[in-house]
Amino acid sequence: MMDYDKLISRTAVDIKPSGIRRFFDIAAEMDDVISLGVGEPDFKTPWRIRKTAIDALEKGRTTYTANAGLAELREQCARYFERTIHTKYDPKSEVVITVGGSEAIDLAVRALVNPGDEVLCVEPSFVCYAPLVRLVGGVPVVIETKAEDEFRLTAASLKEKLTDKTKLLFLPFPNNPTGAVMRREDLEQIAEVLRGTDVFVVSDEIYSELTYSGKHVSIAEIEGMRERTIVINGFSKSFAMTGWRLGFAAGPEPVLKQMLKLHQYQIMCAPTVSQFAAVTALKHCNDDVAAMREEYDMRRRFVVDGFNKLGLDCFTPQGAFYVFPCIRSTGLSSEEFCEKLIYSKRVAVVPGNAFGECGEGFVRVSYAYSIAHLKEALVRIGEFVKELRYEQHNP
Amino acid sequence: MQKLLQILRKNARLSAEEIAVMMGTTPEETEAKIQELERKGVIRGYTAVIDDTAFDDDSVLALIELRVTPQSQSGFDEIAATIASYDEVESVRLMSGGYDILVSVTGKNIREISQFVNQRLAAIDAVQSTTTHFVLKSYKENGIIKTDAEKDERGMIF
Repeated sequence: MMDYDKLISRTAVDIKPSGIRRFFDIAAEMDDVISLGVGEPDFKTPWRIRKTAIDALEKGRTTYTANAGLAELREQCARYFERTIHTKYDPKSEVVITVGGSEAIDLAVRALVNPGDEVLCVEPSFVCYAPLVRLVGGVPVVIETKAEDEFRLTAASLKEKLTDKTKLLFLPFPNNPTGAVMRREDLEQIAEVLRGTDVFVVSDEIYSELTYSGKHVSIAEIEGMRERTIVINGFSKSFAMTGWRLGFAAGPEPVLKQMLKLHQYQIMCAPTVSQFAAVTALKHCNDDVAAMREEYDMRRRFVVDGFNKLGLDCFTPQGAFYVFPCIRSTGLSSEEFCEKLIYSKRVAVVPGNAFGECGEGFVRVSYAYSIAHLKEALVRIGEFVKELRYEQHNP
Repeated sequence: MQKLLQILRKNARLSAEEIAVMMGTTPEETEAKIQELERKGVIRGYTAVIDDTAFDDDSVLALIELRVTPQSQSGFDEIAATIASYDEVESVRLMSGGYDILVSVTGKNIREISQFVNQRLAAIDAVQSTTTHFVLKSYKENGIIKTDAEKDERGMIF
């Protein structure tokens, strides 16, 4: 008999599965659930983009591309960065096309982190950073963001966690799950702390196009930061292309060179058909992005208002497509709240502690749904909260 | 204005308060704008999009092409207005191309519609000819898809 305990890598085993997997399993097995749990757009990929992919398939353009990605796509990515974050990259040596933003994150970690290096991970955030750091023997160090700071990273909390072992800071803004963004003045203060150090930044800007009331600003465009930053973006959220698995990263050549080498060994090149489609996305689909953003913006106001009216305090997020209401007033933990809600009202939201311990007391609500869907969900959550309060007062 | 109309076009049952939240304005302002649009005749009414087949309604929808002799003073307008005044008629449009006016009509059955074409449309002097098309099945109307909704295949994810 195979002894799998002996077989399996200790590194793999030591990476903890998410604590809320159990809740996801409950949600997956239940029928007629009104879900607010997804992390991807409800829009279809704009037709022009799909058409380009169909054409590529019809013409049989299905070979590998260059390892770094199609030259034309890299060129478009460089232009995109110049247009949106006013930062120039050489498409030949400073841009790589990856399998989603996720691969770019992994590449950056592998290219930069030595065993024992400390990596600063802002939480609450998307869940992949710390496990990827552990895979290469790095030490994740959590920086908690707080509701009273609108979940922004502050210079003070950054300084507190800096040591002489700090190698890297992950900057995941606009943020999943909080919807927080970093404005220029916030980034100036972070840059001020970092400029005199050897700390490098990996800025995960996958939600950059979904920034409301104001333009997205990248840390790379703050003075002195381009040389110490990898910027990661992708097509999933902005162009509603999650399933196409396509992202891109840019940064200083010595780091990109290593990332590209690892990328060659890992996966050769990103999916070719997706790359052709992505050229069309960057060249022609600005209006589609704007239309989707406008629609999300309306839903954002609708949902924030809805939660505040229910007495579940909800700061107004300025990015991504999530709101992060506080549920402490119900006296329940995040997981209790979510479990009771799904059993009694068949509405699924994600416990905030899925995104780090400091997410306890909050839930993540996605508004990548139609207004009609959101309205129905809010009615049900309203009933739920009312019943909870009644029980609390009449035990 | 454009945005307000876009919202109403999708769902006219949202309250002024809800629309105000979505647009970041006040309910009063929204209410006033809606009233203005109604007064100006931009908004002509509110209607439900009904799938007749969903409640066993046997009514029949026909699209009728008319070739019409234009009148010396009013061109097509007077005749179109006459046709529009008939209760059975759902829409009347002046068209470019091989015929002049397109009329859509609902009736209880084919006989009722053929009577209408015979007795009311063909009876108008200026109408030279009629071509009637009966609708077999409707897939989308007023921007709303009438076939079964697509299943949301997205799963819970971080």
